[in-house]
Amino acid sequence: MSTHAGGYSADPRVRPVEWLPWIVALAGFFLLPEYLSLGARILIYVLYALSLDLIVGYAGIITLGHSAYFGLGAYVAGILAAKAGISDPMAQLAAAAAAGALLGMVTGAIILRTKGLTLLMLTLAITSVLLEIANKASSLTGGADGLSGVVVAPILGLFRFDLYGKTAYLYCLVVLLIGWWSVRKLIYSPFGTSLTGVRENSLRMHAIGAPVYWRLVLVYTLSATIAGIAGGLITQTNQFVGLNVLSFESAGELLVMLILGGVGRIYGAFVGPVVYLIAQDLLAKQFPEYWYLGIGTMLVLVVMFARGGILGILDSAIARLRRKA
Amino acid sequence: MSAALETYALCKSFGALTVADKIDFRLEAGARHALIGPNGAGKTTFVNMLTGVLAPSSGRIMLAGEDITALGQANRVKRGLGRTFQINALFRRLSVLDNVALAVAERRGVAPHMLRAASQHPDVRNEGKELLATLGLADDAMQRILDLPYGKQRLVEIAIALGLKPRVLLLDEPAAGVPSLESHRILEVLDTLPKEIAILIIEHDMDLVFRFARRITVLVQGEVLVEGTPDEIGRDKRVHQVYLGEQRHG
Repeated sequence: MSTHAGGYSADPRVRPVEWLPWIVALAGFFLLPEYLSLGARILIYVLYALSLDLIVGYAGIITLGHSAYFGLGAYVAGILAAKAGISDPMAQLAAAAAAGALLGMVTGAIILRTKGLTLLMLTLAITSVLLEIANKASSLTGGADGLSGVVVAPILGLFRFDLYGKTAYLYCLVVLLIGWWSVRKLIYSPFGTSLTGVRENSLRMHAIGAPVYWRLVLVYTLSATIAGIAGGLITQTNQFVGLNVLSFESAGELLVMLILGGVGRIYGAFVGPVVYLIAQDLLAKQFPEYWYLGIGTMLVLVVMFARGGILGILDSAIARLRRKA
Repeated sequence: MSAALETYALCKSFGALTVADKIDFRLEAGARHALIGPNGAGKTTFVNMLTGVLAPSSGRIMLAGEDITALGQANRVKRGLGRTFQINALFRRLSVLDNVALAVAERRGVAPHMLRAASQHPDVRNEGKELLATLGLADDAMQRILDLPYGKQRLVEIAIALGLKPRVLLLDEPAAGVPSLESHRILEVLDTLPKEIAILIIEHDMDLVFRFARRITVLVQGEVLVEGTPDEIGRDKRVHQVYLGEQRHG
């Protein structure tokens, strides 16, 4: 099954089917060379969605402001590259990660004292504040015009970013692989299991002596770190940063992708962005004015008929086949 | 020797409403003590103050001679105070084993670990399995709570608390919602609990109370009306008036 719940009797070994996304990603690299820039964008969004799944799907923290950490990572990498002359991609990525972590820790420590709607509003507020700062500090961020002149040196001094996006694609794939491995490890660990406990019943987690608040701050920080890395990647592959990375729409869009794929399943974060971004690409070409209608219809159908997302549909289909067999 | 758990003049009021009025209470080591009283007597408020969910308006709470009045829930648990809930507070979509393992992992300090997988902590899993076996739940270990009959869910409720190896255990209506035919199963389990745990049970099922408890405290309108052995309480006229009478004729 495609549900990955962790727990004290879950086998943590990687199942054969879990290699499928990587095979597909590599096949895409060789078979669809003209779509590599879309491909890299998808890989980055998978990483970004994975960071969101960690807090929404596993820890049960609902947020509409995850773009704060993604956007901060994007701007930190961009400002280093365009203004501070630091062109090493590893240094840019590390800085983006550190910035995401720091903001995640500070904001998490404040907002995770609240719950439900209050929490949701606070996550929105953080993103809005950051967006306004990026808009006003135009000498640093380029404001509404965006930040161009992002210079990215060859990776490890060896692999130059090429025009066709081959290096960018493989680079994003490697970073995603590391991110996936870390998130998966976390979910199967005792810490991950305790997060599931908080999601299922935080009252009881308190009653068994768990420091619930600190656990949430920690996972929020880790998630913000990964979102920061994803933001750094988007800057490096686009060589440009626009205000849209911080927008509420971007955070909402991410949540839609995750719901579409399936929440709390790891691989929902893979399926969602793939389907969403490809649909967006196709629909935008066919119906440049109405493409959001297609996305909206897809989301309504999923929410009404398939609460587990696309992977949930797959799960129940497999279960039905087994019962017949 | 100090009592396992003790309160001095514990009060709680919400505005003009007093729900706990100078409660002096003593739970001896290894006690089998019941707290009874009509609806709205303040029993659950009392438990919530003991566990740290509610802060008392005044008074003190001592656990094994240590003042815990100002401590939070988690720190009271770490010092050996465990509880169950009147309405199931379980991890509904997790397995029975994981429900118990979560508590065992917290007690053992394993819960914050990130590097090894949870299933690579066999000590936690084995302790959870042994605990379930002692409650007769061994065969249900891999079931999700959602798929478990209600009576068994009540047992898991107790199993989670036992996973904390408490010195003091507060059982908030362990038989609530269980058909009387099955409540003997709960009693059987309660009888097998380790002797050294001091147990305070809050319960409406009078059969269960009189069979299990060796001391009974009657709470009425936030005050201790009387405390004594089951015999003394059974003979007490005031208790009959406010509580037992109501039940027998009702």
